[in-house]
Amino acid sequence: MSDTLPYATRFGSNSGQSTSRRDGVAKVTGAATFAADNHPQGLLYAVYVPATIARGRVTHLDVAAAKAHPGVVEVMTPQNRPALAGDPDSKPFMFAFRFEALQDDTVRYANQPIALVLGETIEAATEGARLLNPQYQVMPPRVGLDAEAPYKVVVGNFGRPGETVHGDVAAGHAAAVQSVDVTYETPAQYHNAMETHAVVASWDGDQLTLDMPHQAIVMSRGVFGYYFGIPAENVLLRSPYLGGGFGSKSIANGPQVLAILAARMTGRPVKLMLRRDQMFGPVGHRGATRQRLRIGIDEAGHMTVLEHEALAATSTFDDFVENAANASQGLYAAGALRSAHEGVRIDIGTPGPMRAPGEASGSAALECAMDEMAERAGLDPLEFRLRNYAETEPGTGKPYSSKALRACYAQGAERFGWAGRPLKPRQMRDEQGMLVGWGMGTALFPAPMFAAQARATLRPDGSGLVETAAADMGQGAWTALAQIAADGLGLPLDKVEFRSGSSDLPDGGIAGGSGHTATAGTALHAAGVDAVRQLTAMAVSDPASPLFGAGNASIVARDGRLFVAEDASRSDSYADILARAGGQALVGTGSGGRAPEAAGRHAMYSHGAVFAEVKVDPDLFQIRVTRLVGAFAAGRIINPKLANSQLYGGMIWGISFALHEEARFDPRTGRIMNADFAGYHIPVNADVKGLEVITVHEDDPFVNALGIKGVGEIGITGTVGAIGNAIWHATGTRIRRFPIRIEDLLAHA
Amino acid sequence: MNLFDYTRPASVEAAIAAWVPGAAWLGGGTNLVDLMKTGAMQPGKLIDVTRLPGLDRIETLPDGSTRIGAMVRNADLAHDAGFARAFPMVAEALLSGASGQLRNAATVGGNLMQRTRCAYFADPHSACNRRTPGAGCDARGGDTGGMAVLGWSPACIATNPSDFCVALAALEATVEVQGTGGKREIAFADFHRLPGDTPEIETALQPGELILALRLPAEAAQFAANSRYLKLRERTSYAFALVSAAAALRLDGGRIVAARLALGAVAAKPWRVASAEALLVGQAPEPALFARAAAEAVAGAAPSGENAHKIELARRIAVRALTAAAQGTPDRMPALPASVFGEPAHV
Ligand SMILES: Cc1cc2nc3c(=O)[nH]c(=O)nc-3n(C[C@H](O)[C@H](O)[C@H](O)COP(=O)(O)OP(=O)(O)OC[C@H]3O[C@@H](n4cnc5c(N)ncnc54)[C@H](O)[C@@H]3O)c2cc1C
Ligand code: SF4
Repeated sequence: MSDTLPYATRFGSNSGQSTSRRDGVAKVTGAATFAADNHPQGLLYAVYVPATIARGRVTHLDVAAAKAHPGVVEVMTPQNRPALAGDPDSKPFMFAFRFEALQDDTVRYANQPIALVLGETIEAATEGARLLNPQYQVMPPRVGLDAEAPYKVVVGNFGRPGETVHGDVAAGHAAAVQSVDVTYETPAQYHNAMETHAVVASWDGDQLTLDMPHQAIVMSRGVFGYYFGIPAENVLLRSPYLGGGFGSKSIANGPQVLAILAARMTGRPVKLMLRRDQMFGPVGHRGATRQRLRIGIDEAGHMTVLEHEALAATSTFDDFVENAANASQGLYAAGALRSAHEGVRIDIGTPGPMRAPGEASGSAALECAMDEMAERAGLDPLEFRLRNYAETEPGTGKPYSSKALRACYAQGAERFGWAGRPLKPRQMRDEQGMLVGWGMGTALFPAPMFAAQARATLRPDGSGLVETAAADMGQGAWTALAQIAADGLGLPLDKVEFRSGSSDLPDGGIAGGSGHTATAGTALHAAGVDAVRQLTAMAVSDPASPLFGAGNASIVARDGRLFVAEDASRSDSYADILARAGGQALVGTGSGGRAPEAAGRHAMYSHGAVFAEVKVDPDLFQIRVTRLVGAFAAGRIINPKLANSQLYGGMIWGISFALHEEARFDPRTGRIMNADFAGYHIPVNADVKGLEVITVHEDDPFVNALGIKGVGEIGITGTVGAIGNAIWHATGTRIRRFPIRIEDLLAHA
Repeated sequence: MNLFDYTRPASVEAAIAAWVPGAAWLGGGTNLVDLMKTGAMQPGKLIDVTRLPGLDRIETLPDGSTRIGAMVRNADLAHDAGFARAFPMVAEALLSGASGQLRNAATVGGNLMQRTRCAYFADPHSACNRRTPGAGCDARGGDTGGMAVLGWSPACIATNPSDFCVALAALEATVEVQGTGGKREIAFADFHRLPGDTPEIETALQPGELILALRLPAEAAQFAANSRYLKLRERTSYAFALVSAAAALRLDGGRIVAARLALGAVAAKPWRVASAEALLVGQAPEPALFARAAAEAVAGAAPSGENAHKIELARRIAVRALTAAAQGTPDRMPALPASVFGEPAHV
């Protein structure tokens, strides 16, 4: 960026404002078009038939009965399923998972697709699916973490090692004067975005158009191109809005691939939208874990060792293992650190990345174990964490790119009123006699960047057009990214048109890992800066411009004009500069990403501290989180309103994890028996009584040029543990299994 | 969903004449249509009874009883000021159920007839004696945390999920029904059935009979000052009861002169135990007394699976509901009706 304008001079006129969602009105009035809102001419409706056993073979499908039903057009089974160019059991790229697309009659988990029915109406297809009345040869399913012997994970998700060791673990244990050795369990959880997975697929020869909510819009072209044997450029994927993704809309799945195949088979556009119960199987989930934590401390309360082992469930045919133990890396200054993972293969759909994958379940167990250690040491839980505050990344010794965690602790504690907390449990009651407890946890989430491209056009009238295929899952990409882009162009927000959410635009990268704003934002900003750099070159070499002869470096851009920095009386408008140059639009390009050297020099994380108050009925044990205060340091905040909403949302995920979400498997059949929203609970408004977010200012010169980290997922980390710890503090009972239920507390009464 | 006929008769007589075996009355559809979507229910004909004339009224009859038409929506009943004043416990039970949207759609008749939430019942791929007589019961040995602890049989361990019905049972409502054989009345205690060997027979309603109305006797309003419905649930709102209790007392000179106690979500019907109520009458309202009555109310309870906790919780919620009833009905409906966290109402 050395030959461009210093960004700092132009950064902040739009960024930093609490601009309301630009797509908000469209969404609340129903004008926003989600994938399944598309109804092309000649549309057929697809319904997939889910397996009702978890392991075995399909021996019979009554295709004749289904086809005889009025309105049923076609039934796709392994017998007549057209060939796919790419094998669904191959893993040709990083985000490819193996999936079931009617390769054969094997059933590998409940709810896997075993047939697809196409109808003129959704009702006809639904009834056709029922009439298939599958018959099976059933094998005993493997259910739960103990169903099979575990295996050691050598290479974990996304290439991370299965085991990480820093320092001498045995020596750390030997040096400990006090220790805890505790085991926590977390259940299988299913993403369940409000908008279930959907696709409307249309073929025109070898050109494929997909209306499909997707978290990785441009990358997915190559994915679908691979399975259908067409070049990536032949795929147009439109995903202007997602009704939530949570990680599960970044990966190709069987039902969607089958619907696309059905469109090619029938020569008609096909729509498929999963039913709620079908969300529990083929579209990923967070695998169940059992985590053992061993912590040792010396006399001064310093951790001599932190050992975190996680066993997690995965499928019999693919490898995603919730990498929970990694949550213990990067946070506390323990003398020795070990994180290790094991998997167990059972008859479930393959887990996948879900809402802080690994970090959420790992943090839940870690923060509770830390609380247990503090309790044993007789230390205030916050004091214990401060004693083990890491000034450099534990193990690696790398400096943090920025770390305002101390300020998070201080400001969060202050706002919450933590100082008055009694050390012992069961000390506090409210006026109604409810037990009151306070707990806390540290929040930590990596600040990654992926790769993105963007284009910024200055139009002859001086307005801007910025383009990148970003994904808005509801987090506010339409707004926050436009704010950054407008700053890059030196234009007010309303002078910038933003095109996004379609695969024919420059690659906006993946909306995941809490790195989307950082990555796509950097690309957009750089593209704007590039356009303005070109414009500046034109102006300073144009004798008709008031800027003629000024050096590049002395020019600033603001509100659609270029100024001489030291002399605001010398300025020229974008429109005038372009008009004199012949009235052509001017195009800048930019990219976002992080060089490996930069990534290697610093440890990069967002940090936070979450404080929870719970009330528990002393006899009936109903639990309510009455207050949550989260203080987060996450680099530069582009839009405080949106960022706070993200952090609120993350903390609500935390309530959900701590108290509600759990898929309950029938141990005999391996089927999930609460696969709807009446049974699979997430918090309702009444469960979210008091939420407060503080964002702690943080300048980070290393994460990227704009200093952006991420706020998407960090809110869930810290929160689950804080709630578990608060429940202990209220009741004196440690529940080492999530979600914490009424009957768990009753059992200890 | 199967193909079905749909008809919306203009009169009760026409509705009854329209009934054929395999037909189903359609109220708000919030329960029936869900079950049709899973395929658990496949009626050949839906008879939409929501527009039948005269069945959407709440009236006071000459004998002082209150008559509620079967088509009155749950929300309209709960928010009727006169009704809520006379029967606060019923209003509280209604408002603790489902969500605002569902209560707007759900009818009184449909609430009385709502089916169990047993997941195996709703899933046509599971064996279920209640859905298919003689098929077996896949719930036993499966996911049983929410199943019955009272009145269950080897044939079926499901519970009745209604909140409304628990309060109605405690207040001795009467159900007015009409079929081809004419009109008749069914006492609430006889309305829902325990499973025995015939779990498929859920109520005293004969095939083709239609619920016209509910009646609450004049005496029921005498509990207005001391009655509560309390419901324990796994989230603060919008959840079915883990266990619940309706408790109503009439106090006079520091003594209980009449008492009602019914438990919810513990059996295939609201669970009312006369001997538990009898224990209370003539006594001063005290914790020890409530503990004895509650213990009596769950006498004979037995887990039907991994659900022994429900017995203890039912006992405890009964104590709490009796205690709350003795303290007096709150002046305003709590912001969280029936919740142990029931905060003061919004003004
Ligand atoms: C997500 C969810 C959560 C819920 N939570 C709760 C809760 O917490 N507490 C609670 O109590 N309930 C709860 N409910 C259940 C709700 O109360 C019932 O679905 C509702 O009361 C049914 O009324 P309806 O008019 O919609 O009945 P419908 O669905 O139309 O009918 C239900 C049954 O009643 C029959 N029927 C309808 N009207 C008559 C009549 N006049 N005579 C004879 N038979 C008739 C129908 O044939 C059908 O069998 C919940 C429901 C849902 C979907
Ligand atoms: S408990 Fe009753 S409703 Fe449930 S499966 Fe068994 S028989 Fe059917």
